[in-house]
Amino acid sequence: MEFLRTRKYSKRNQYLLSALLIIATAALCFFSVDFIGYRAVALILLVAVSLNAILFDIFPVLLSALVSALIWNFFFIPPTLTFSISTPEDGLMFLMYFVIASINAVLTYKIREVELKEREEQEKAKSIKLYNTLLNSLSHELRTPISTIIGAIDTIKDNQTKISDNNRDELYSEIEIASYRLNRQVENLLSMSRLEAGFIQAKKDWCDLNELIFSAIKDNKGDLSLHKIEFHPLDNLPFFRLDGGLTEQIIHNLIHNAIQHTPENCVIKIEARHSDTHCIITITDDGPGFPASEIELVFDKFYRLNNTSTGGTGLGLSIVKGFTEAMNGTVYLENVAKGGAKFTIEIPCEHAQKTSLENE
Amino acid sequence: MNKAEILIIDDEPQIRKLLQIILESNDYRAVQASTGREGQLKAANHPPDLIILDIGLPDKSGHEILKDLREWFNHPIIILTVQDNEADIVSALDSGATDYLTKPFRTGELLARIRSAIRRSQNTENKATVTCGELEIDLVARQVKRKGEPIKLTSTEYNLLALFAKNEGKVLTHQYILKEIWGYSYQTETQYLRVFVGNLRKKLEENPNNPKHIITESGVGYRFE
Repeated sequence: MEFLRTRKYSKRNQYLLSALLIIATAALCFFSVDFIGYRAVALILLVAVSLNAILFDIFPVLLSALVSALIWNFFFIPPTLTFSISTPEDGLMFLMYFVIASINAVLTYKIREVELKEREEQEKAKSIKLYNTLLNSLSHELRTPISTIIGAIDTIKDNQTKISDNNRDELYSEIEIASYRLNRQVENLLSMSRLEAGFIQAKKDWCDLNELIFSAIKDNKGDLSLHKIEFHPLDNLPFFRLDGGLTEQIIHNLIHNAIQHTPENCVIKIEARHSDTHCIITITDDGPGFPASEIELVFDKFYRLNNTSTGGTGLGLSIVKGFTEAMNGTVYLENVAKGGAKFTIEIPCEHAQKTSLENE
Repeated sequence: MNKAEILIIDDEPQIRKLLQIILESNDYRAVQASTGREGQLKAANHPPDLIILDIGLPDKSGHEILKDLREWFNHPIIILTVQDNEADIVSALDSGATDYLTKPFRTGELLARIRSAIRRSQNTENKATVTCGELEIDLVARQVKRKGEPIKLTSTEYNLLALFAKNEGKVLTHQYILKEIWGYSYQTETQYLRVFVGNLRKKLEENPNNPKHIITESGVGYRFE
């Protein structure tokens, strides 16, 4: 039934094509009516109407039913070349013809309607499922730090005297970590909704890319204890005209993603270089890489790898993609041969050599 | 010395309470106002030594309040704002805010901003030397020393450093710095600023990639500490 769904023709073409099919069939019959008899012509025309019903919407088909009935009457039912019908038998035939052709049109239309409804329901179910996954991961990501904060505060308040200094300090740092986590998730959600609303507009200004990278590394320091970052800035890297804020956030999210999803002691390598027209940033890790089947999906909003054990809302990489595209850039993900994932960001931008600016 | 009095203008009771506690535990007197109108009245009745102004008030835009206050109020005004609104921050700094803090802020950061703003507003006499960690900047002899060792700077580098030193602890916008050092027509030529900040960091910082003195305020400007 799949082919019933194809509605690749425009309204006008549907009318035109269905009429053409009827006229062509009628013309063929006109020349062979002497051999087959005018009643068989009705059946042949019915086949043409059925074909139309398969291909087109209800109104073109109803029209072709009407037109073919009239053609049959005018050109084939004796007396030919008039609309009059001489025998009651032919009159009945004519009426039946018209009814069958119309039923044909209506039936196909109904089948299509049912299919459309089914498809809509499937899509609705899919979006409900997506919404549920989103709610699950979001509520987990937001509630975990909130529970930590409430729990820690309660413990500190309830056990003022009993709690050891050491434990109290630990609860305080848990509150601190939880607040930062909460803050980060809220920032992500805000970034995402700004992207969705089309609020993100790149504000280009001259940037020292090396400085942005160092700053992004520094912001991730808190989570970095188990990983190593390798970045050797090129001294002769020119300045680029970029949105510094967006670029730093992109690098920050990619580093954060690598830290979250690679095992301890992995090395995260950052490189910044440029071509004539683009600045190019790559972030490579030596972790397990991404399953090939999911590489295409990781930039989707709220997408999280199957079997992922680490938390996350699935927003970080979609923000990377959104911000990169806001600067007309592209982001690629590939697995490297010796293991690990490599993200490449390319952003078209002007550049200016530092040395040419130093003449005061 | 009298305790400095600080007026908090913020519509969120939780933030006012928090600020009040932070300020009182650090020997400031705190006065609260929950609307822009109330804040302006309180400031006029009894001018505080510093105002903390939330830029996103419901009754009146923070920028308007800032402009009104700056008609007559010369003491520091520190604005509170939400993150990611650099254009807003820059325009508030241009219309007379002394400094800014983004919510959520760290207490240490808030106190440092308040201290340096009050210090600068009280020490109006020109200082001949500025000392900052291992850096020593002699504004009369135009000499800079790091750990006692003289450092050679070009004249533009020195002018830039002197501008930073005179505004220690305060954020300076890109436009302001460019205007002061290079002149009006250079106000958008941030690439010059990047080059000279880079050079200064190489000469002054222990680790130029993790600067401790010339701090980048992303999208806004620089702060010398």
